[in-house]
Amino acid sequence: MSESVPDGRRARRAERSTARPKPRVSVVGVLGELLLTAGVLILLFLGWQLWWNDAIMAGQQSQAASELSDQWAEQDRAARGDTPPPAPEDVGEPVVDTTGYANAEPFAVMYVPRFDSEGTHDSARNIAEGYGLDVLNSFDLGVGHYPGTQMPGEVGNFAIAAHRSAYGGGMHEIEQLQLGDAIYIQTKDGWYTYRFRDFEYVTPATSGVLSPVPHHPELQPTDRIITLTSCNPLYSTDERIIAYGVLESWQPGAANPPAEIASVVAEWGD
Amino acid sequence: MYGALWRILPGPVWIRIILLLVLVAAAVFALFTWVFPWVDAQLNPINVTVEE
Repeated sequence: MSESVPDGRRARRAERSTARPKPRVSVVGVLGELLLTAGVLILLFLGWQLWWNDAIMAGQQSQAASELSDQWAEQDRAARGDTPPPAPEDVGEPVVDTTGYANAEPFAVMYVPRFDSEGTHDSARNIAEGYGLDVLNSFDLGVGHYPGTQMPGEVGNFAIAAHRSAYGGGMHEIEQLQLGDAIYIQTKDGWYTYRFRDFEYVTPATSGVLSPVPHHPELQPTDRIITLTSCNPLYSTDERIIAYGVLESWQPGAANPPAEIASVVAEWGD
Repeated sequence: MYGALWRILPGPVWIRIILLLVLVAAAVFALFTWVFPWVDAQLNPINVTVEE
């Protein structure tokens, strides 16, 4: 094939290759390239952590949550048939799921409209048992339930944790919560509506926030509360931000979301 | 280091550029998928929970 190269071109090529000085590998040169590489890697890591790992994973986690939500709704519709859901005054005590879930097994979906990005409804997250990295850093989970704390709707404290930033940031906008904001929890049994009450800022060692009555392990609980925990301040891990909410109401039937979010939930099915 | 890589790559300049881009994409994919999650777990162990 090289025969087809015209003589003139071959000659020029040969000239060029001899004219170019043989490159010397110097210690300083390699060191410089290594340092440049390190700089690029660090910038890439930041890009990964703050953009890819946050925005992309948030999309995947909310997609997974809306799929699970829709799956429960389908099952509920199939089981209920033509029977309409009971009227709000006839629902009785909230059903409490007493199944012992395995670690990293999703059993609920959290949806907080205040956490939605502007113009979207992308803040739904699966809640799975346990708070290891296999739950919090997962592509399809993101929110972990503290084992040993109560379940949705149960008297006591339903305590969950999620990232504030990176890994989908399931509680990125936690500090934006305002008094009375809804925190919707869906399970296979129905929808639990909690209302945000107040914040607390604590050290990472303050496990008292997980007690059935926060900070009072000796007391018998009478309220059904939810506790959200995440890191604080944003991009730091020095403190924990705690958001407390109280159960307002519950509706049986996974296909029977509260009226305020019925249209949003209907979109998830598509 | 990178000069040697450039010389090892075969073909004319445009093929070398394409090969380089493929190599960079593969490196970024490996970093994003395996290396960075691992590094992050070493740097920031679970940091959103409260514990005793």
